[in-house]
Amino acid sequence: MHPFLLTQAQNNQSAVKALAANNKSKLIAGGTNLVDLMKMYVESPEELIDINALELKKIEPVKGGGIRIGALASNTDAAYHPAVMKQYPVLSQALLSGASAQLRNMATVGGNLMQRTRCPYFFNDSFPCNKRVPGSGCSAIPGYNRMHAVLGTSDKCIATHPSDMCVALAALDALVKVQGPAGERTIPIREFHVLPGDTPHIETRLQHDELITAVEIPLLPFATHSHYLKVRDRASYEFALASAAVALDVSGNTIRAARIALGGVGTKPWRAEEAEKVLTGAPNTTPTYQLAATAALKEAKGYKYNTFKIELAKRTLVRALATAGGIS
Amino acid sequence: MNELTGKPVDRVDGKLKVTGAAKYSAEFDLKNLAHGAIVQSTIARGRISLIDTKTAEAQPGVLAVMTYKNSMSLHQLSAEGGGSPGSGKLGEKDLLPLQNERIFYDGQHIAVVIAETFEQAEHAAHLVRVEYQVEEPALEIEQQKEKAYKPEKGLGGTEVQVSRGDIVKGFADAATKIGETYSTPVYHHNPMEPHATIAEWNGDQLTIYDATQSVIGSRNAIAQMLGMLPDKVRLISYFLGGGFGCKGFTWAHSVLAPMAARQVGRPVKIVLNRMQMFTSNGRRSRTIQHVELGSGKEGKLTAILHASQVETSFVDEFIEPAGTATKLLYESPNVDVSHSIVRLNKGTPCPTRAPGEAPGTYAFEVALDELAVKLNMDPVQLRLANYAEKNPHDGHAWSSKYLRECYQRGAQAIGWSQRNPVPGAVKQGRYLVGYGMATAVYPGNRAAAAAKLRLYPDGRAVAACCTQDIGTGTYTILAQIAADALGLPIQQIEVKLGDTKLPKGPNSGGSQTAASAGPAVQEAALDAKSKLIKKALADKKSALFGQPEAAILVENGRLFVQNDPGKADTYTDILKRAGLPMMEGSADINVSTRETQGQEANPASKGSGGGGEEGKEQEGKADSNPFVKQDEEVDRKKYSFQSFGAQFVRVLVDADLGTVRVDKVASVMDIGKVLNLKTAENQVMGGAIFGIGMALMEQTVYDPNNGRVVTRDLADYLVPVNADMPSFTVEFINKPDPFISPIGARGVGEIGITGIAAAIANAVYNATGKRIRELPITPDKLL
Repeated sequence: MHPFLLTQAQNNQSAVKALAANNKSKLIAGGTNLVDLMKMYVESPEELIDINALELKKIEPVKGGGIRIGALASNTDAAYHPAVMKQYPVLSQALLSGASAQLRNMATVGGNLMQRTRCPYFFNDSFPCNKRVPGSGCSAIPGYNRMHAVLGTSDKCIATHPSDMCVALAALDALVKVQGPAGERTIPIREFHVLPGDTPHIETRLQHDELITAVEIPLLPFATHSHYLKVRDRASYEFALASAAVALDVSGNTIRAARIALGGVGTKPWRAEEAEKVLTGAPNTTPTYQLAATAALKEAKGYKYNTFKIELAKRTLVRALATAGGIS
Repeated sequence: MNELTGKPVDRVDGKLKVTGAAKYSAEFDLKNLAHGAIVQSTIARGRISLIDTKTAEAQPGVLAVMTYKNSMSLHQLSAEGGGSPGSGKLGEKDLLPLQNERIFYDGQHIAVVIAETFEQAEHAAHLVRVEYQVEEPALEIEQQKEKAYKPEKGLGGTEVQVSRGDIVKGFADAATKIGETYSTPVYHHNPMEPHATIAEWNGDQLTIYDATQSVIGSRNAIAQMLGMLPDKVRLISYFLGGGFGCKGFTWAHSVLAPMAARQVGRPVKIVLNRMQMFTSNGRRSRTIQHVELGSGKEGKLTAILHASQVETSFVDEFIEPAGTATKLLYESPNVDVSHSIVRLNKGTPCPTRAPGEAPGTYAFEVALDELAVKLNMDPVQLRLANYAEKNPHDGHAWSSKYLRECYQRGAQAIGWSQRNPVPGAVKQGRYLVGYGMATAVYPGNRAAAAAKLRLYPDGRAVAACCTQDIGTGTYTILAQIAADALGLPIQQIEVKLGDTKLPKGPNSGGSQTAASAGPAVQEAALDAKSKLIKKALADKKSALFGQPEAAILVENGRLFVQNDPGKADTYTDILKRAGLPMMEGSADINVSTRETQGQEANPASKGSGGGGEEGKEQEGKADSNPFVKQDEEVDRKKYSFQSFGAQFVRVLVDADLGTVRVDKVASVMDIGKVLNLKTAENQVMGGAIFGIGMALMEQTVYDPNNGRVVTRDLADYLVPVNADMPSFTVEFINKPDPFISPIGARGVGEIGITGIAAAIANAVYNATGKRIRELPITPDKLL
């Protein structure tokens, strides 16, 4: 990897200051993704600012309901936190379906938000890649794209967003708390990640000099009836072919409200509002779920090796809804 | 005496391994060690038009950058030396590294940066700038069909174009026929331990620490390429973290290390990183296999056709012998097995986890399942109907074969009676349940081997053989064998392997290590024991004086008269009274069980490519060991040596999502005598795990446009993880093979994978009614 300077931030302000002072700096927490990327020369920061000393590990209730997860809480701690497990099972399940136990122990919630795609062409710096080198071209579109996205793609990039956690957060309308030189601000999760469009190298709305401090999940009582289903090529330690994060509010035989987000198929964590609309007010039945799945994938576009994902994502969603809706 | 051989004895090196004390090839911290990092080509075919090393050379810590422009010239391997893996097989004989600007595949080694630290070397390697004159690469078998040719022989003289009877008549006579085409993708070996080489020059002497399955072969190949006499090169490989075939041949990095060490005048270490393990150290060829079967109404096979298309590189020829087991698995009067091959701009294939048998039985055993469906016949019954009582190809008797019992016990273990031949008829919750089976097969290879055993007055015995333990447990089983032969506790046995200073031993390919080195160690031990007993019998001071040798038994190092146990002596006392520093026994056995006896991949066969240094001292003396004489007198040409087994699986398929979970695997193996129940079970279970990988997830993908490797890490190239594991049943027939050797053991390394992929594919059919003829069986193929 490229030689770099390792510095340590003692508090949020000093981290932000250090970021602002060097536009070739990066924050490092768990390092489970960034160090890989550095070894592959995908990332070559001049300075790594270690933020592990910051007091951002807490997971605590928010006034009026909801929960606040510190950016440095590990994926493991977040997944097994009693309040997360009880109020937002979909989030706990999503976290536990990601990576391996060892990686989850190292990886942080803030880092997970910044996770970059596993596109093999992005990971290999001797291939053209618009995300890595803007304007160099996309190798995946004409290449081997079985793992790539079918939603939110552009003619510049079809890389899949790899996170499981973010899919659950998208369904839960989480809020990303960030701190910059000018103070704090909140970015809704659905705006946090951006579509590739013509600028696939820009993946989030986070500015270079901003630090993620926490993720807040608003109160959502029916999230106790939620589920995350991930379908993949092996039983563990593998990215999704398709995944679905769902929460259903069912009264009698009627769906009163629904939340749906898809993973493994989108260039960003994919909230499926059209599908939610189909479900709202409809009977809690498999045919309803199938209509919702059709709506969720309506805009999907397959490529040479990944067209199967469209059908697979529909079936994954139907199954996840059936589980959350108590039909199995 | 309670025999140790066969018992589930713990690994003698287990503690060394779990405490990190076992030294693997990359772990020798030599004084003044420099680090080499390899630069690889990023095109599949063409020429280097520019290679600019200035920036790299200017980096801190960089000692030198080697390219084709400034590297020493290497010597082409002679046909004799390069012809077989045992005597030293360079993986790519027409591609000596850094000799010219030609590029034949993506990931070809084109430069080595040598620096003070690993990090400096890696970073500078990234700064070597290369430009190419790109040529259109040959990428896939299908596109190169018109250039396909039929090779005469495979590795070590294996027959790859085989026929018997009249295939046309065979199909004309058939009442039922099937014909389908099956394919398997490229696989990479992916041992846990990457390739690693450390080279150190001392004047004109070279010491190499190399992760190799062929200590002698690698030494010989490296020596030849450097233009040296083999005895000037010492190669050490004490421990390996797996090989699965990729460490059987010698690849370019192993000679790059001594080249680099000479260039900078310091010892140099080169370790391939995981990405590099996908390019330039062998792979399994993709296979496209067409199988046609004809049978009578009762399932008797009248014709078997198995035509394989495989691939090799432009720099060597390796034929994945996918059809080789087909000729002998079942009785059939008419058989036609053929292989055609094309050259592609990809790295050269090499033996991989049961080369031939693994992909070949997938196609053949799935085809049999298809025939069973068409005949409405139980798959086990179909195999029994065609059971080969003797080798159907050459008419030789099997050395031993208990396959019927394997089928019966395997069926019992999996619960075969619960199988319903109607696909999808058995359900468990939301899952479709499928049962499948296949026959496992692998040759019972044994090659020549020498060994030495020394008994010391302090009670220790040291056995030595220049073979290697690639992680299978060779140290342990050889210690068990020596302990039994000597009548000593295993704690008093030390086994030395993996050093060319030791008596020549076999390479670890073709599952032959235990079957070859085991008898050699046993016979060396018996020789040492016999020599010491004779000393005692002739010594008036011994209580054994004047007794016949046959009456002497040994337990715990105590020698006594069988019918008069009070009359006793000890190894220690005999040695002390005689004033001897030790007693040495030796064995140098020249036998082979291979079909192509005499020209097989056999490192130790006398006069072929040299052997271990100490082994040489023994030449000519071997005949003095009566145990060797008896062993060599068995006429092995009269027998066919094959291990067989039956593998059964139960799968659960989620039909909506296309996911397959292997729920149970039962393997019943006939491998002759089991030497260590624990390590043998490990081997069969490990084979089954890689079989699951082969069936469901493993595949190396090349970019369809430029032929470059896309899946080059363990996140993109999937191998099974713990969560994929079924419950395993492993059973052995455990009846000694009476003809292979005095220890009666055939190898167990590779047979465990050979039936699994077919059994899983057959079980998936039984669960879903979908016949997947293209591996791996991923969810997209079942939607």
